[in-house]
Amino acid sequence: MSWLRLAIANLRLSPLTSAVNVLLMALGTASIVLLLLVGTQLSDTMSKNARGVDLVLGAQGSPVQLVLATVYHADAAPGNIALNDARQWMEDRRIDQAIPISLGDSYTGFRIVGTLPEFANLYDADLADGRWWSDSLEAVIGAAVADATGFGVGDTFESAHGLVEGGHQHADEDYRITGVLERTGTVADRLILTSLESIWAVHGSGHQDHEHEDEHDDDHEDHDEEHDDDHDREHAHADDREDHDEHDHGDDDEHASGDAAYDVNTLRYDEEVTAVLLTFRSPTAAVSLPRQINAGGSVLAASPVTEVTRLLGLIGVGLDGLRTFAWLLIISAGLSIFAALYGSLRSRRGDIAMLRCLGATRWEVLVALLLEGLLLTALGVALGFVAGHITVELLGAWLESARGVSFTGVIWLSAETWLLLSLLIVGIIAALVPALQAYRTDVAKTLAEAP
Amino acid sequence: MTAITVEQLRFGYTDKPIVDIEAFRLEQGQSVAAIGPSGCGKTSFLNLLAGLLRPDSGQIALLGQPLAALSDTELDRFRGGNLGIVLQQFRLLRGLSVIDNLRLAGKLSRRAIEPERYQHLLKRLDIAAVADHKPSELSQGQAQRAAIARALVHKPSIVMADEPTSALDDRNAQEVIELLNSAVTDAGAALLVVTHDQRIRGTLNADFDLGTAQ
Repeated sequence: MSWLRLAIANLRLSPLTSAVNVLLMALGTASIVLLLLVGTQLSDTMSKNARGVDLVLGAQGSPVQLVLATVYHADAAPGNIALNDARQWMEDRRIDQAIPISLGDSYTGFRIVGTLPEFANLYDADLADGRWWSDSLEAVIGAAVADATGFGVGDTFESAHGLVEGGHQHADEDYRITGVLERTGTVADRLILTSLESIWAVHGSGHQDHEHEDEHDDDHEDHDEEHDDDHDREHAHADDREDHDEHDHGDDDEHASGDAAYDVNTLRYDEEVTAVLLTFRSPTAAVSLPRQINAGGSVLAASPVTEVTRLLGLIGVGLDGLRTFAWLLIISAGLSIFAALYGSLRSRRGDIAMLRCLGATRWEVLVALLLEGLLLTALGVALGFVAGHITVELLGAWLESARGVSFTGVIWLSAETWLLLSLLIVGIIAALVPALQAYRTDVAKTLAEAP
Repeated sequence: MTAITVEQLRFGYTDKPIVDIEAFRLEQGQSVAAIGPSGCGKTSFLNLLAGLLRPDSGQIALLGQPLAALSDTELDRFRGGNLGIVLQQFRLLRGLSVIDNLRLAGKLSRRAIEPERYQHLLKRLDIAAVADHKPSELSQGQAQRAAIARALVHKPSIVMADEPTSALDDRNAQEVIELLNSAVTDAGAALLVVTHDQRIRGTLNADFDLGTAQ
């Protein structure tokens, strides 16, 4: 006969009250665990996906939309820019790497990104199979794309216009898969990479072949007219470009190798792209460069870190509210446990006195009561943790298939250890007052009075 | 060995003591009925002997150990290890089965109890069939026997019973006293029964009139 068994037996005397207390504690715990796991993984995922990108150059509009569309591939791009408009900044001394990307097509919901092979360096993505593209209409697919489609090297597919399924099919323009990327746990897993030339070839220069193009296409044509003026700027930065040629890209060239269809120096600057992803040579560039670019007015510079921080700040307000509500649930559960134990103690005064008659010390009686509170809390907390993790795992599976956002419940965050300890302390505090009352029991008086 | 020694014991909640005993002795293996009318301080006397109350003055020694020399915790442990107490209301713990009530008493005695001891007692007191029953499922007689079994589980040197027969008819009262007496005597322990029940008079080795002792 252990104290634990005695505590369980006492809790079973009021099964409904005990069950309600456990449920309340479980609900509060599950809510906090869910918010903790989702919030942390959301923040980590966003940071991971934006790790290699310091600045995005794109069409004027919403900087948040630009970042979401071009870094996280989670929104429609605000429009296209003339590559020539971005050239000045791509060749700036403060820029270490400039990777143009062109969006607009997809295959069964997976976005096709026209870019340079160096794009994969942003996500530490190596080839798991095959090679990089060396010709137009060759593509390298991410691991999740390969899993979902069953495609491998040598397979072909027909792209569709737009970012969702059901868009206009680009008939007679089949892509051939030349490589499959290793899994990275980033958005790159869900992308189909190809050369910029492929996108331009499929669409024809300027996208004029798609009258049903989204509203951004109008912007493209406006840009076309403005490009000529900007061409002059190109020459002014010729020297800078030479300097850029000498940059040592180090490991970056691992992926690009000799297979790359394009090099930044051989880009067709008269074409359009959706955005250019810039990596700074040093962090000091972050201070002045975005302001200078935005002052120019031809392209918009958006910092993923800034925009993500702003976005997470907005989400954070909601998360904080939910977290506060969850803690209120926990406190309610704590109060409920207190009320239950206090009420139960009043009806069990005789039992407590008898325990002392049988030889239990004051401290043992105190610990026995604390154990009851702790047991209720621990059961609720354990249920809450399990429910929270399972919910996040299910949510992750659903979001993975529906939105391409990856969450898992099969992780343990260090913050959860602190949460666990905090919740157990709540249980101990809830049981403390009844336990102290039991500690102070006047045995003789209680035996005379208690029914 | 002398099981209980009391000298000049005084205790009260007001200036007038409700327990005032010059001397009382109970030897090991003996049984005594401390008889007195309601309000004469019988239960207070038992609580003083069990160390549940501290006397205003006087000495109490159990098995040669002066209770005044023990701290509260030491007193709790001494009680658990050496005394068996049967209360009028039985006070079986409601959440536990009969056998678990016995096991709990065994645990709190801090003595090694052989598992067979529980079965032996349950059979000896004729409650083996309800060993797994909760107290709420027992008859009055079964509950009383379970309370006696609990008091004997750790083979205590002294057994104290408070009004064990007050709610029973003559036949059952006689049966309980015989049961207590034989069980305690078999264990070589001392038995003290405090009661107002005059039917007990003469059934044990000696009677001690609490009304006249004060």
